[in-house]
Amino acid sequence: MNANGKNGELRIGFYICHCGHNIAGVVDCPAVAEYVAKLPGVAVSRDYKYMCSDPGQELIQQDIREHKLNRVVVASCSPLLHEATFRKAVAAGGLNPFFFQMVNIREHDSWVHTDRAAATTKAKALAHAAVRRVRFHKALETTRVPIHPDVLVVGGGISGIHAAITIANAGKKVFLVERDPSIGGHMAKFDKTFPTLDCAACILTPKMSAVRSHENITLWTYSEVVKVEGYVGNYTVTVKRKPRYVNEDLCVGCQECIKACVYKEGKFPDEFNVGLSKRKPVYIPFPQAVPQVVVIDPHYCLQLKTGKCKKTCLEACADRQAIDFTQKEELVEIKVGNIILATGFKLFDAKRIPQYGYGLYPNVVTSIELERLVTSSGPTSGEIVLRDGKPPKSVGFILCVGSRDMKTNRWCSRTCCMHSMKLAQLVREHTDADVTVFYLDIRAPGKGCEEFYDKSLRDGIQFVRGRVAEVTDWALAPEEEGKLVIRVEDTLAGFVRRIPVDMIVLAVGMEPHADAQDVRRLFNLSCGSEGWFLEKHPKLAPVSTFTDGVFIAGCCQGPKDIPDSIAQAGAAAAEAMALIDKGYIEQEPNTAYILEQDCSGCKSCLPLCPFTAITFDEAKQKASINAALCKGCGTCVAACPSGSIHQNLFEDEEIFSEIDGVLSYA
Amino acid sequence: MPDPNWQPRIVAFFCNWCTYTAADLAGVSRLKYAPNVRVIRLMCSGRVDPQFVLEALARGADGVLIGGCHIGDCHYVEGNYKTVRRFEMLKRLLADLGIEEQRVRLEWISASEGDRVKTVINEMVEQVRALGPLNLPNRFADWDREVSEWEAHLQTEEPSARPEPEVTHA
Repeated sequence: MNANGKNGELRIGFYICHCGHNIAGVVDCPAVAEYVAKLPGVAVSRDYKYMCSDPGQELIQQDIREHKLNRVVVASCSPLLHEATFRKAVAAGGLNPFFFQMVNIREHDSWVHTDRAAATTKAKALAHAAVRRVRFHKALETTRVPIHPDVLVVGGGISGIHAAITIANAGKKVFLVERDPSIGGHMAKFDKTFPTLDCAACILTPKMSAVRSHENITLWTYSEVVKVEGYVGNYTVTVKRKPRYVNEDLCVGCQECIKACVYKEGKFPDEFNVGLSKRKPVYIPFPQAVPQVVVIDPHYCLQLKTGKCKKTCLEACADRQAIDFTQKEELVEIKVGNIILATGFKLFDAKRIPQYGYGLYPNVVTSIELERLVTSSGPTSGEIVLRDGKPPKSVGFILCVGSRDMKTNRWCSRTCCMHSMKLAQLVREHTDADVTVFYLDIRAPGKGCEEFYDKSLRDGIQFVRGRVAEVTDWALAPEEEGKLVIRVEDTLAGFVRRIPVDMIVLAVGMEPHADAQDVRRLFNLSCGSEGWFLEKHPKLAPVSTFTDGVFIAGCCQGPKDIPDSIAQAGAAAAEAMALIDKGYIEQEPNTAYILEQDCSGCKSCLPLCPFTAITFDEAKQKASINAALCKGCGTCVAACPSGSIHQNLFEDEEIFSEIDGVLSYA
Repeated sequence: MPDPNWQPRIVAFFCNWCTYTAADLAGVSRLKYAPNVRVIRLMCSGRVDPQFVLEALARGADGVLIGGCHIGDCHYVEGNYKTVRRFEMLKRLLADLGIEEQRVRLEWISASEGDRVKTVINEMVEQVRALGPLNLPNRFADWDREVSEWEAHLQTEEPSARPEPEVTHA
């Protein structure tokens, strides 16, 4: 079929969307439609309330049939949002979907301008450009690239675990890579979960064992992704497996080596108990760790540090011979089609707010430290005690430490209100202490959370509204002797108070990992200004990223609680599964191509392509582009001195006509 | 005498992955900025052929803004390195043509920097406003008229009026 109709005549259909009031509130849509109607080649020009709605799309299809349209231009929102929608509509109308051009008059116009005349002028100019450009559009076909069915999940916290299990249950192979020696993440450190107060371990540990025993999951702990190459459907990932000096296949987790270590007592801070207890150089992170394999810490192990040790651990391991001091770092390459990032968060360092006295006063602790104290498997076997071993008579919780604070982090960490109330209830359960919570606003929006807040109030927990000014041990009254004094403006009572307590818990907020930027680069993602990984669209694609085939789940995207993390993990797994089960990816046909007769064989383009898509035929002295490797950036197109390289969808004449178009209307 | 109603006209080339998305974010965040910029979307700032910039100026733009991903963050690994190289050469060329350097600007704006889009566009508009209209199309028209007048003048002159070259050899 001749794309330009029977006589090669151009018949453009132009549609401007009101988007309710989003566009029409600022841009005079009928005036734009009227202006475009007079442009050469325009057969139909309409304005409509919602172009992306079914009737809106139907309107395009009907016009294609009735008015024999051969080009369609829609002026509405960003093409990143609805280009695919309208291309489909155009295709359903019987036209090649690439005979379509979109004009962004919402994000780039009505939403950013207030002057109606100027915004309408801009809309006219942009519409004019698209109408000029679309003339040069060609019928194009998308290409299909097969998808590798395996999936890589990075991060073995609750999000990563859930995503891995979901995909593995669907019968696909999953590689789960975790940086620490065990999976479990932050959740493994929790005693109970809000708002139901059910035991965290009872939820998490069965899932951890499921990971270990699942035939479709390959679990690599103590490992990090170091290199990612390829594209959606065909990623090649290099994983660094750090030496744990123990053969994972031979170790049965009997822990005899730990007992036998020359260090009779733990001497080094235990990461799992956030430094509240000590461990040996040979250790298992925590009793329910998965895998049940010991690790030898090269920073502390005498043998690894000095080469001089009695190696009692080796003797204890006896003929299993699982301990291997010669183990080396190993690089493994895997091929996967999709990647799910669930790399989580780190907790705010409370020392950054010195006036709260963390690190200065021993009885100022963080919420995670209290969590470990409350846990029955923790360093105190579930007893909440001060540093001197006595139970506290009064405990104060300071909320928003490193959250909602212009000096540190501006965002709300979303979980600390609930987490603190949970801990407050547990303190009431475990001790006779009076509990006071110092808050800015109580944020309890989750299911069952407001009810939990009510329960906390009924249970006799005191709530004082106000940002705490400082924590001090300077007693001004006899009842303050030997106590920590919280100075706060009670904004409900309207005066400054001094409240003496025995123990202070800082509800530290969530932050992106220190190396989030490195991870972002590794996987070619974007970060928000705060450093959380950026989703493709907050509502339409909340777990997708700008890199196809890379999904995000859990707190690496932003602070969230366990239910939300799991929901995202499930969503990310579903997105990956959707791609895998489709079996192929349709690639945008924006690839570059070379017109051989015009190529002078100068080789300028060859070093420009980072994807080695351009090759040179020595016999013919011509360059050529492998469309399967071309990603469509167009860098070579701009560089070709003979103008022999072209790019589909971004042809020179298309861009030149767009330039003319935007400038032909003041 | 400059037109009192004159408004700077700026053509922008934004890469799909960072700056265009940042401009979308500025919209979603309802930031407000000057309405003088017309954005043309390209997949990568590496696609910006210096000719696009020259064409835009020749067709009446008073300034050109190019936006790409931060160095090291290019969706296509290294497209923006090529952009920098071309941009530096382009600035030299523009200087030779007598076009002020401040009329063109290259900015790295990541997908999350919606507020940066606002700042850069507002700065750029003010910068170009201070320089005044570039007005190349009218200047071209003036030059064309000058040339054609000169041509006409040459044709109307009597050829015999021109002094014959003296023959010096025998």
